[in-house]
Amino acid sequence: MGFFTDTSVCIGCKACEVACKEWNQVPEDGLEFTGQSYDNTGALGASTWRHVAFVEQGSSDDMDFRWLMSSDVCKHCTSAACLEVCPTGALFRTEFGTVVVQEDVCNGCGYCVAACPFGVIDRREEDGRAWKCTLCYDRLKDGMEPACAKACPTDSIQFGELDELRERARGRVQELRADGVADARLYGDDPDDGVGGFGAFFLLLDDPEVYGLPPDPVSTTRDLPAIWKSTALAAGALVAGVAAALVGGRR
Amino acid sequence: MSVLEVRAYPGPSGSDGAGPEIRTYHGRPVLKQPVWRPEIPWYFFVGGMAGAAAPLAVGAGVSGRRALARRAWILALAGVGISPVLLISDLGRPERFHNMLRVFKVTSPMSVGSWALAGFGTATGLAVGNELLGLPGGAAAKPVAAALGPVVSTYTAALIADTAVPVWHEARTELPFLFAATSAASAGAALTLVTPDAEAVPARRLAVAGAAGALGLLQAMERRLGPLGEPYREGDAGRFGRAAKALMGAGALGLAAFGRRSRAAAAAGASAVLAGAALERWSVFRAGFQSAADPKYVVGPQRARVEARGAGVGGAQVGPAGGAGRVNGGD
Repeated sequence: MGFFTDTSVCIGCKACEVACKEWNQVPEDGLEFTGQSYDNTGALGASTWRHVAFVEQGSSDDMDFRWLMSSDVCKHCTSAACLEVCPTGALFRTEFGTVVVQEDVCNGCGYCVAACPFGVIDRREEDGRAWKCTLCYDRLKDGMEPACAKACPTDSIQFGELDELRERARGRVQELRADGVADARLYGDDPDDGVGGFGAFFLLLDDPEVYGLPPDPVSTTRDLPAIWKSTALAAGALVAGVAAALVGGRR
Repeated sequence: MSVLEVRAYPGPSGSDGAGPEIRTYHGRPVLKQPVWRPEIPWYFFVGGMAGAAAPLAVGAGVSGRRALARRAWILALAGVGISPVLLISDLGRPERFHNMLRVFKVTSPMSVGSWALAGFGTATGLAVGNELLGLPGGAAAKPVAAALGPVVSTYTAALIADTAVPVWHEARTELPFLFAATSAASAGAALTLVTPDAEAVPARRLAVAGAAGALGLLQAMERRLGPLGEPYREGDAGRFGRAAKALMGAGALGLAAFGRRSRAAAAAGASAVLAGAALERWSVFRAGFQSAADPKYVVGPQRARVEARGAGVGGAQVGPAGGAGRVNGGD
């Protein structure tokens, strides 16, 4: 199960942010004005599990202007670096295919924070543990859709079976292109990408980095076999170096 | 054409048709900053030194250098004693440190390292008990400590390489060797300081070889990384790195040239190598933060990969390649 976020119909109402906070009882994440369009949330984080991005392009003087709005969320990667590097097993894959932190196990080592290629998961400093979107694990277990999708008034956030969502999303891209929106494209819908496909993918109207998303994310653990090989060789080299220092010459 | 040119806020009117400049969301970072605190680079230094000291202790014992062996075991025990204190203090929930040994995961270098450190600490404790107090168990524990020590010295490189942090992940080939060399330099230098001249030769050699190796690896790493290695040269990372190179270089030269003749020169050289090795850990640590903070190091290489494939992300077709924000007809 997962999300398809169709940003072409996002109106920037932030109902998703509010619904997520209320349902999941996520603490306050700062009350400040960023001066960055209507985005005073800034980014996803330990206490921000939905984040609506606002991009203003062009100038209102010549009416050559557009506003991009997009509700970002944890991608629930198929090959999830956060889960793979977690040393305690606190991060696990649920029966719905989503990635969730067990708050009673997490010891706040922070490894997942550095491993996430999207900058999603973070440690809540006053609490010491890592937090992120659970895709409303509790609601899913009761057969309900996640709070953000439920609250979204335009169906920009859609919840369902990923295969079905992908098919729907491709149809939507065709539709938009036929209507002249040449820049419409899907982001994260390909199971062969660097993270094995996103459990939460998007329809975007510009390059991913414009929305603060990495254009070609790769799970760091894809390179782990090579990293372990280098490490084993280096450990061997260390032993060899010590042995060399001990042989020959005076005592 | 540089893949690292940033344009924070693109718009159609600002589109100058120039090369593949990097576009960002309000100039914000894509990645989170690592949450690790100063305990971690100090652990890299202390744990790495302990790990390299153990095989030296075993070798010194086998070759009859009793004084060197005893000091190397004590150094290893001191290092492996301080390490968990540093690591636990860095946790968000220190009282749950034992969850580190709740599972064993080969996909998590931190899990592998926790088990290696636990095993290394136990074996080193037994080895020291045998060496100093004549307690039993030394024969079995010493080889185990010597085998696990180098794992402890190098897994930390695997740990930071296995992250999304650009300068750590991209340096994954060299970092384990750099950490091995720096660990050897630290252990050799520390033991040069405390070992009587008659048995200090292997320690001095290890310090010189480790420092020389580290300098060579840094050179190779920075050359291979090219513009992506920029964070290693800038800010705190750059300052620490330059000081580390100067100290390790001068210290190793001093040790090699005068270490045999003058006790004072040996002590000065060893101190310089030790300080340089610590600063090198700090340089690598800070560089990671700097590269995670700047979206150009994250987006640049990824955008270049997408362009090279000549297709959009995830196989979906994109609009104009690298096109700056274009306005769609009013819909």
